Amino acid sequence: MSVLPYLVAAWVFLVGCYGLATSRNLIHAVGCLAVCQSATYVLLLAVGYRDGATAPVFSDLKPGSRPVVDPVVQALALTDVVVGATVTAVLLALVLQISKLHGTVDPDELSELRG
Amino acid sequence: MDDPLIVVALLLVAGSATAAVAVRDPARQALVLAVLGTVLAVLFTVLQAPDVALSQLAVGSALTPLLIMLSVRKVRRPKRREETER
Amino acid sequence: MTRRVRLLVMAVGGTGLAALLVAACFDLPRFGGDQHPYGDRVVRASLARHTANTIASVNFDQRAFDTLGEMSILFASVLGTVVLLRQTRDEHRAAPEPEQVALPVRRYALLVLPVAVLTGLYVIAHGQLSPGGGFQGGVVVATALHLLYLGADYRALERIRPVGSYEVADALAASAYLVLGLAGLVAGTAFLADFLPYGTFNTLSSGGTVPLLNAAIGMEVACAVVVLLANFLDQAVEIEKEGET
Repeated sequence: MSVLPYLVAAWVFLVGCYGLATSRNLIHAVGCLAVCQSATYVLLLAVGYRDGATAPVFSDLKPGSRPVVDPVVQALALTDVVVGATVTAVLLALVLQISKLHGTVDPDELSELRG
Repeated sequence: MDDPLIVVALLLVAGSATAAVAVRDPARQALVLAVLGTVLAVLFTVLQAPDVALSQLAVGSALTPLLIMLSVRKVRRPKRREETER
Repeated sequence: MTRRVRLLVMAVGGTGLAALLVAACFDLPRFGGDQHPYGDRVVRASLARHTANTIASVNFDQRAFDTLGEMSILFASVLGTVVLLRQTRDEHRAAPEPEQVALPVRRYALLVLPVAVLTGLYVIAHGQLSPGGGFQGGVVVATALHLLYLGADYRALERIRPVGSYEVADALAASAYLVLGLAGLVAGTAFLADFLPYGTFNTLSSGGTVPLLNAAIGMEVACAVVVLLANFLDQAVEIEKEGET
């Protein structure tokens, strides 16, 4: 039972990969990549969790009175969430360029175009 | 691992991630991604990570779906102009 | 490579990866375990530097150099998007027609807009005290501004959002982060070191350079998201290929 969070992270990642490989639409593929990304957040936060602990914010908590979860992984995940969104934006911009140039966003049709 | 809330949130995440991949129409996928973003925010909250939950809520349930919707609209526009609303 | 072959390769690779991942899951530290050596040290250091929100302390003090890298990725991706989505020679701008918005939508969007912007600014300002900070608050402020598009129309949004000045502000915020880092060198410590007095624990001015770096990131993220959304909105609403209309 204690490996369930890790297994969920692995499942989300694999499902995202499956979507990427079978996608018929590049915009859908970018969405699948976002799913893959979210697997990393689940994994990071699962590693940092501590039973019975609270959030590592001491504005209304006396330091030392309760155990806190690991703040390092949270900081990693937090910046990645925002930066990941802007990377998604670049990928979508690329997709828009492809659609302007070739008139399609189906990866199979695109590889046929190249011959 | 005795907190049932965490188990429920994890299963919801796995379910909505699967749905986000299974929905093939990108416009609908954007909506499912918004749901996934919200469920992830709930999971992060029960994992005691309010900072990450906040940024996931802002990004995952608003920004990313919005970007995908705008891209879908741009890509589809030449074909079906009459469908564009606003 | 045909679709069948590709799916076959994916199935083989995916199965192998799945097996490895599952095997790795059983070797990871137990979920909810008590062994977090880095976490404990980080909490101690954060309290010693009078920063109530440990995560802000990690992002803007103990691992500030890492955040510099993240910020560069953010800046580079905004730059890339702007270059990719610029108006090309065979495209022209068609002003979108103003459209009637349903009255309740208009009313609530305009009602929520100032509240949402204020919430975003609050989240940025209290980054070192409570959950939140520049990354989250920036996104909130930037997306809140776009309620104007729902409540009024695209032209109203364009009036309060001169993209050029947001691009400049984005660059300024990025350089402000660098300058604050270099100020540490001038003050005689290290690059991006926390060189200011730490202040009183749990007040707005606590944490030394943490609130300043946090504010720089907040401005950077807000401007970056505004510029990104502006480029996508332009593409979706205004820019058309020659000969389409």
